[in-house]
Amino acid sequence: MTIDTLRLTAEEAAGLLERGELSAAELHAAYRAAIEERNGELNAYLTLVERVEGAGVPIALKDVISTRGVETTAGSKILAGYRPVFDSTVAARCRAAGFPLLGKTNMDEFAMGSSTENSAYGPTRNPWDTTRVPGGSSGGSAAAVSAGLAPWALGSDTGGSVKQPAALCGIVGLRPTYGTVSRYGIVAFASSLDQVGPMTKTVRDCALLYRAIAGRDPRDSTTVDLPEPVELPERDDLRGVRIGVPRELNEAEGIEPGVSAAVSRALDLARELGAEVAACELPRSVEYGLACYYLIAPSEASSNLARYDGVRFGLRAGGDGDARRMYEQTRREGFGDEPKRRIMLGTYALSAGYYEAYYGQAQKVRTLIRQEFAAALERFDVLVSPTSPTVAFPLGAKTANPLAMYLSDVLAIPPNMAGLPGLSIPCGLSEGLPVGLQLVGAQFAENVLFRVGHALERAVGFDVVPRRLA
Amino acid sequence: MSWEPVIGLEIHVQLKTRTKLFCRCESGFGAAENARTCPVCLAHPGTLPVPNRLAVEMTIQLGLALGCEVAERAVFHRKNYFYPDLSKGYQISQYDEPLCSGGRFSVPGPAGDLEVGIVRAHLEEDAAKNVHVGGAEGRIGGATRTLVDFNRGGTPLVEIVTGPDLHSADEARRFLQLLRQTVVELGVSDAEMEKGTLRFDVNVSVRPRGSSELRTRTELKNMNSFAFAAKGIERELERQIAIYEGGGEVVQETLHFDPSRESAPPLRSKEEAQDYRYLPEPDLVPLAPPVELVERLRASLPELPAARIRRLAADVGLELAEGLVTSGRDALFDRVPGDRRMVANVLMNQLAGAGVDPTSVDPAELGKLIEARGRIPRSVFGEALASSGEPGFTAERYLGEAAISDASALDPVIERVLAANEAQAAAYRAGKEGLLGFFVGQVLRETGGKADARVVSERLRERLQA
Repeated sequence: MTIDTLRLTAEEAAGLLERGELSAAELHAAYRAAIEERNGELNAYLTLVERVEGAGVPIALKDVISTRGVETTAGSKILAGYRPVFDSTVAARCRAAGFPLLGKTNMDEFAMGSSTENSAYGPTRNPWDTTRVPGGSSGGSAAAVSAGLAPWALGSDTGGSVKQPAALCGIVGLRPTYGTVSRYGIVAFASSLDQVGPMTKTVRDCALLYRAIAGRDPRDSTTVDLPEPVELPERDDLRGVRIGVPRELNEAEGIEPGVSAAVSRALDLARELGAEVAACELPRSVEYGLACYYLIAPSEASSNLARYDGVRFGLRAGGDGDARRMYEQTRREGFGDEPKRRIMLGTYALSAGYYEAYYGQAQKVRTLIRQEFAAALERFDVLVSPTSPTVAFPLGAKTANPLAMYLSDVLAIPPNMAGLPGLSIPCGLSEGLPVGLQLVGAQFAENVLFRVGHALERAVGFDVVPRRLA
Repeated sequence: MSWEPVIGLEIHVQLKTRTKLFCRCESGFGAAENARTCPVCLAHPGTLPVPNRLAVEMTIQLGLALGCEVAERAVFHRKNYFYPDLSKGYQISQYDEPLCSGGRFSVPGPAGDLEVGIVRAHLEEDAAKNVHVGGAEGRIGGATRTLVDFNRGGTPLVEIVTGPDLHSADEARRFLQLLRQTVVELGVSDAEMEKGTLRFDVNVSVRPRGSSELRTRTELKNMNSFAFAAKGIERELERQIAIYEGGGEVVQETLHFDPSRESAPPLRSKEEAQDYRYLPEPDLVPLAPPVELVERLRASLPELPAARIRRLAADVGLELAEGLVTSGRDALFDRVPGDRRMVANVLMNQLAGAGVDPTSVDPAELGKLIEARGRIPRSVFGEALASSGEPGFTAERYLGEAAISDASALDPVIERVLAANEAQAAAYRAGKEGLLGFFVGQVLRETGGKADARVVSERLRERLQA
């Protein structure tokens, strides 16, 4: 039996396994063959796993997810060769569900970046156009799913790191409600924002994977039980669904016309399927969202990254018996520019005399953003916008200008600041490259997102196979 | 000018939980280096803290015993700094929303109760331990390498901060002793200074008596006993007073005492204004102790040592009452029958000296022994007391050995003693009556301690006046 890994969905693969038409080892081998063929040019994987453990659909995990005995670098040189002695909760849940691990995927160092170019192990390339970035920071997972190197994958999303690469690679990505997926064993970037999410070919696959990983974890005291079980979406219509179109998220500076056009077409389809579509406002969220994010996330990062000191694990450089010099040299050699930039920003923002003006103020504005979204989500079931203002951009286009890079997440960040779930689905092409549609729901409204995403996915009829590879 | 000492304390008490504050590693002493560690307390990437419920309850209980308000919402903060014994690069502590605050702790004193404000009592994790290798005795000077033992890292500590309400070294000592006893009786900590389960720093300043200003303070660190602390405080007070009287200014600094060299002068270091970049711990949700829990803990508080000191002071005086309670001997005291003051005296001044564990003593038998103290030879009493902790001890066995009070037996001894010390006898007759004790001692020695001292001194006085 020939397996077309470019087209096979996880749900279909599970069906083949269930009916005994295929063994887990054969399925794993098919993906290994695809990896052999295409990972060289894409650099989606950092580590591959030979052994097939589990009888289910195999999975790729972003290298920020700790896996027992399997190197976990978070894309950083400072963790080169680090093999966790424990499984993260999501890795353990994948293991328990019988998903054999295919490997660990490339990412921006410590999940800091929007193009996967900040990886210490070289950039990942976009399967649609290898001169372009796959987005980031979960670019390796996005490229792997898009190019048929994994049926599905997990990424992590702090400021758009699942949604944006899903959009740029033409796949589905969910950033779940904060607190629904355990962060235990996820190399921390910004603890109050980090959240692991599925990256898949279809919305139904996304729901299946979310079902496998979500739910309270006693090892992460910020997690909660899901208020309702995850439902696999079935319906094709959108009758009774109220869709809000926040003006600021749809008219922001820098949104490419082709992106706007694809989103508009998707909204027309939504109306045809019976949804009520109306405009709304989120003035503060969009004006201040990015600024707040770039105070809160670096502040937490500066503290979270303090443990990379060369004392207990990972890289240790120099020192000549002087602890302070060892710290300095280890961190100077081990961290790339972006973590260094954010550690400095965060250290500054938390310093005595600046805390109230920066971190404290950002937390207050964050509360306002939360309230603004909550008010809008009383009137609407979902809020819709582009996931990213642009399609995939050329490698190197934004590396010299961090601010331009940060703006790549300007639409994905505001709902993250509010802790809300966001689903990105492909909604068409612009200049031959995928455009992502962001659907934002109320806290714990993942089922609503799956329903709307599934119906729109059917109506759009997007072909997830990159043209180049079809 | 007369100067008033102003003293505040910062006390760390290690809680007696079975496991650490944020992971399930066992806490406590005695394991091989780094045997009690896990990915969480070693800060492996991605690990998260989960608070120990018992540690939270113990902190609340301790806070209640210190008269604190228990916060409806308490927040853990990260205190960021780099040090090899701090695995995460930050300590999880509490900052502006501690679990307990605004308390008052009363220490019974000779002039009424000494009221000490408790600014806060909060929960935090302990650091690990750096072990310096190559230098003398594990000290940092001369060390060639530093190893880290993470067994202690993440152990729960309660930090208690007092107001600047203590005004002498003696008050500080009495406060600490009573606090220690309170902590021990609550069962939340062993509070043993030798093991480091009770540690404290002292802030010291002086001001002109009658003024209410707070002048520059110095911080005394690494005190290893109450007596040593009292000495250190006295020395520091004298030093500051001398500086002001010489027209100088006290500099804010930290004085590090070396517990292994008590007589050595402290090492001084400038107090750097460290910026800990406090950050609300995003990995933990705020604590919200339910009212029912707080009330249950309040209701379960035992009678506190301060109350018992007040009760006992009425019978035996403050000093003995304080001694009995803070040494934990008052439970035995309550059960030993007999004259209160005499029992207290024996328990405080003789039983401890005899090396007897108060918990192994049969109170009724001890009572009989004390009651007979005047009637049996002093040496026999001492011997009996020393064995009073042994199983099956009875006072009866020793009561038979009545002291020699028969004049016909004593008089020949008295004669001998007087004859051998004629010069002293003459001096006594000339008015040096203080020599009576000398003669009594001589007679007791001659009789191997078996003479009844009261009878001896009566007979001696009669004989010398004759």
